[in-house]
Amino acid sequence: MPYTLPSVTDVLAGLTNRFGSLETSLNRGQTRVVVPEPLSFDVLAWLKNQGFDLLIDVTCVDYLEYKAAKHRYGLVYLLASTATNQRLTVRVFVDDPDPTVKSVVSLWEAANWLEREVWDLFGIRFTSHPDLRRLVMPDEFTAHPLRKDYPLQGRGERHNFPVITRDHS
Amino acid sequence: MSIATAEFGTSGPEAGARSEDYLWTLNFGPQHPATHTTLRIVLKLDGERVVDAMPEMGYLHSGFEKLGEHLTFNQYVTVTDRMNYISPMANNVAWHHAVEALLGIELTPRCASIRTIIAELARISDHLLSNGAVGLDTGAFTFFLYAFYQREVIYDIFETLCGARFTNSYTRVGGVSQDFTPLVIEKIRGFLKTFPKTLDDMERLLTRNRIFVDRTKGVGVLTKEEAINRGATGPVARASGVTRDLRKDEPYLAYGDFDFQICCASAGDCYARYLIRMQEMRESLKIVAQAIENLPAGPVNVGIDQRTALPTKQQVYTTIEGTISHFELSMSNRGFEVPHEESYAAIEAPNGELGFYIVGDGGETAYRARCRPPSLLHFALFPHLIRGHTLSDVVAVLGSLNIIAAELDR
Repeated sequence: MPYTLPSVTDVLAGLTNRFGSLETSLNRGQTRVVVPEPLSFDVLAWLKNQGFDLLIDVTCVDYLEYKAAKHRYGLVYLLASTATNQRLTVRVFVDDPDPTVKSVVSLWEAANWLEREVWDLFGIRFTSHPDLRRLVMPDEFTAHPLRKDYPLQGRGERHNFPVITRDHS
Repeated sequence: MSIATAEFGTSGPEAGARSEDYLWTLNFGPQHPATHTTLRIVLKLDGERVVDAMPEMGYLHSGFEKLGEHLTFNQYVTVTDRMNYISPMANNVAWHHAVEALLGIELTPRCASIRTIIAELARISDHLLSNGAVGLDTGAFTFFLYAFYQREVIYDIFETLCGARFTNSYTRVGGVSQDFTPLVIEKIRGFLKTFPKTLDDMERLLTRNRIFVDRTKGVGVLTKEEAINRGATGPVARASGVTRDLRKDEPYLAYGDFDFQICCASAGDCYARYLIRMQEMRESLKIVAQAIENLPAGPVNVGIDQRTALPTKQQVYTTIEGTISHFELSMSNRGFEVPHEESYAAIEAPNGELGFYIVGDGGETAYRARCRPPSLLHFALFPHLIRGHTLSDVVAVLGSLNIIAAELDR
């Protein structure tokens, strides 16, 4: 008998009370809430106060080639509660040009590097992030490689990469 | 490189005799024996005391998530081997656990037990190396050799099981590549008999060793609130008093059937993390012992009707469904059906919560395969833990967090 996650219906009811009706869906026992971008920080702060104290992950999906997708980028916030073991997925959709969302580092310190990684690989800016630099790619890199319009083999960056010699280091 | 100058500032002519002038910058890594892998830390030192540390990562970034969008669900398991190469079996289990959550496949009881056993053996081998490395870095070389010898025994079991010692690629969608043979079961039983003695020896060597305790007790303290706020999971969080373990909280595979304890400490220092790992190995042994003696009979892969795992040769040659299924799974344009959905599933890997967020678009590759690596969030803890300690504590803290750079950078 597979395990089922604890229900989050009371949290969803409170969320509707506070922020109006939000689009929710259920897949294999996982509840997802779609939050409009201007509300994202307030909703996440409210959820943190409701007991979702553990930020599992912040990531992003580029829906460029996805069938019937309405938006280009979909941010994913995976929340969990250490007290009740509830889990909740919050989705925030943003679009080109200049996809921007408010940073949640002030709520969870864990978001610091996770948001830096999303900026690095997807080019989504997080406003009021304390230190928004690239995380895994080198600082000189210009593209955002996990976007769907970036080819698997790169755009020749490896061949034109600056080589540091002993005299010019 | 630009990072040292941009962050710490070279003292210009107008700086005069500011207090920062007495600080000096030390480049730790990327090639250093105590980082064990390729990562770099820029340390700002006041004499021997660490004022600040700036981790720099990406030296092993190889685009695993991008590769995940171009390899099929069964092919990608070879890439997961190379993420946390200290315990590749646990990564294989995590990846296919997430794929099966997306496809909605329920494993056979035998497969669930087999995966539980190999995941626990992987945990033991991971903790052995992690604790062994802490010992090695703080001067206890003999301890490291004891730990590494036992890792060899586990490698040997895995080699008998699937032919590979290090990069196992053992799991498949809906099953595993090889069933347990009597020889594998015999070897695991042998390991269960001999390993507790070695574990006792190891504890006698190091747990009350004065030098080791002085080097690790009270070093790198992480409080419970900070552990939760900074996203720590696994032994690092449990050493700080967070009682979260997915094996108990969200029992996946066959964990619900076994009797074992979750190990917790409240000190949150390097010594507590060492103790947690030592104790968890004993709990893992309990799980393996129960699972191997109660291994369910029956098929190891899911049935033909699920259309994911290859049917047995007997089914292929004697039944029409088996033949059709075999051909459809082998042809490049057929594969199995993937829903237009997204899901996240995680396991309690030796290092913490290792999860995959997978987006399916109907094709045989994932549209997006996000890996949630525990090492990334633990490495982000590092500057916070090391501030105020001495230079020699850097290796103790780094070792007790068990940072695996390949998993960190992906």
